[in-house]
Amino acid sequence: MKLPPKNLVCLWEGEKLIKIVKRDQPSRAIFFLTPVLAIFLTLVAGGLIFYILGFKPFEALKFFFIVPIADMYGFSELLLKATPLCLIAIGLSFCFKSNNWNIGAEGQLTFGAIVSGGVALLFYNQEGFYILPIVLLAGAVGGMLYASIPAILKTYFNTNEILVSLMLVYVSKLILDYLVVGPWSNPEGFNFPETRQFSESARLPLLFEGLRIHAGIFLALAAVIISWFIFYKTYLGFQMKVSGFSLKTARYAGYKGKKMIILVFLISGACAGLAGVGEITGPIGQLHREVSPDYGFTAIIVAFLGRLHPVGIIFASLVVAITYLGAETAQIFMQIPKYTGQVFQGMILFFLLASDYLLFFKFKFIGSKK
Amino acid sequence: MDINFIGLILASIMASAVPLILASCGELITERSGVLNLGVEGMMIIGAISGFALMTVTGNLFIAVIGAMLAGLLISSIFAFLTQTLITNHVATGLALTIFGIGISAMIGKNFVGIPGKEFPVLFDGLKDTIPFLGPILFGHSVVFYFAFALPFLTNFFLKKTKIGLIVRAVGDSPVSASNQGINVKLVRYSCILYGGAMCGLAGAYLSMIYTPQWIENMTGGRGWIALALVVFSTWNPIKILFGAMIFGGLTIIQFHMQAIGVRIPVQFLSALPYIITIIVLVVISRDSRKIRLSTPSSLGKSFYKDN
Repeated sequence: MKLPPKNLVCLWEGEKLIKIVKRDQPSRAIFFLTPVLAIFLTLVAGGLIFYILGFKPFEALKFFFIVPIADMYGFSELLLKATPLCLIAIGLSFCFKSNNWNIGAEGQLTFGAIVSGGVALLFYNQEGFYILPIVLLAGAVGGMLYASIPAILKTYFNTNEILVSLMLVYVSKLILDYLVVGPWSNPEGFNFPETRQFSESARLPLLFEGLRIHAGIFLALAAVIISWFIFYKTYLGFQMKVSGFSLKTARYAGYKGKKMIILVFLISGACAGLAGVGEITGPIGQLHREVSPDYGFTAIIVAFLGRLHPVGIIFASLVVAITYLGAETAQIFMQIPKYTGQVFQGMILFFLLASDYLLFFKFKFIGSKK
Repeated sequence: MDINFIGLILASIMASAVPLILASCGELITERSGVLNLGVEGMMIIGAISGFALMTVTGNLFIAVIGAMLAGLLISSIFAFLTQTLITNHVATGLALTIFGIGISAMIGKNFVGIPGKEFPVLFDGLKDTIPFLGPILFGHSVVFYFAFALPFLTNFFLKKTKIGLIVRAVGDSPVSASNQGINVKLVRYSCILYGGAMCGLAGAYLSMIYTPQWIENMTGGRGWIALALVVFSTWNPIKILFGAMIFGGLTIIQFHMQAIGVRIPVQFLSALPYIITIIVLVVISRDSRKIRLSTPSSLGKSFYKDN
């Protein structure tokens, strides 16, 4: 048998030859299909992991992905978890589109929660329609302030934004810990690490009796609409896209690179900060040690899975939110460790990145050869 | 404060620098080949749980240490396959590796929480008291400790004096020219990623088996990220990693001692110190953009695809 030339990958020996060819242009259809493929592959791999751990794969997957959202309460919980993910991911998509690696959204969320929590405590035992807007604004400003640190260090001191934004996550959690244990802890709270309950006026209203879903969801939806408008209908969105593709081109076109970097960081900081406000003024109504189960990190996956597209991010946030709920349900009903959620999140991103290969390369069948 | 006490403090600083040195030196080789692997934290935690689990199950320390390195290597092979064969983005893939690693380690580690670790044998313990000051610094440490302090010099020698080291640097600085010289860029990068993974696995095993012999969820606590920062801090020079790691080790130890002598600073502030100092150091180092540009491997974080 004649050996195939070097660039041919022989998949069925002697029969059919498949060649891997680089596409001239990334395929648009595949761009939006690969996330679905990635989710499917994650389910398969997840089933396999469950099998290895000694669970029935289909039953485990059912408890993980279907049981948690089978009733109204479960569905509202899904929206509750998807809200911060969606909001943060929308903000991050501004950064990622323009090639700025802000991976410290968790810190910006925490700092937003700290600032807004502090303001809400100032209005302790006071009522008034003006309180909630001030609290929301405080959260956004807090997130922006915190995001401005890596942005300014990147633009004026040439410092790597990945490391700085990440280090700040640890710092923000320690600040929060200090505040809720120390100066802000509830004087009547028997030394529990939490603050006083915020007054009713400082809280995001719950939407339905008996469910925990709150008005924060409208913030997320507003962010989706505004970001869609900015991305696709404004000059700013165009500039962002160009700087994402090539900084040199952007500079050549005369776009203000530094301003852009700071702007996208501020936007994503504001979104993360607002997500932080939602976490503390929604169902909980006080500051405590763990304001977020790593929403800020998970939102990175959501942003990629949603293809940095506002509508895609909505779907992605719902899918990824299930991993949070599923992990809890699976732990209760099947004693599956709750960290499986994180494993699933990591796998989704792995598979998504891997299936991106299909974007740039295609398999070409070149008939059978004897 | 007598001179022996200072020696003891120095020795404890060195011990806390060990995981940073191991992980940074591994990551340095990876980055020198042009690959930015942000999964250090994930690979370390996988090494930590694998080492501890193997130690508990087999009772053999040698198997545990080697197993932890293999586990780090194995998990980094996912990263290698994705970034080199499927040409994915380095930053995103590294993040996925960290998230995945933390999840998997917690899953495996569920049954190992609360189990006491084994004592790891130390070398030359008897010589500790023979020399004042230097005694506790030089003697009575584990074999991993000695290896860690030799590693920066070995790495330096490897990169500067050996042919393979030259190839690694060539691939990192210009994969296209290296490829034209007939060097298999993919193979070199694969090897460097796997080596980095093994070193991070060893760093994790040191934490869970020697430094604090027990398994605690998320026990690497950001050390992987500090190791990444150390590589930048060192401007990709292995010898400087030694100094950087000592500074950060020192910060951790001083924090304990300040708490012990009752300095009235909130403990959270002291715990935040290493992270804040990392940021400050990064700013100081990176401000000189010319120096950074000269020492950074030119193709760092960029994928290389050869149309064959």
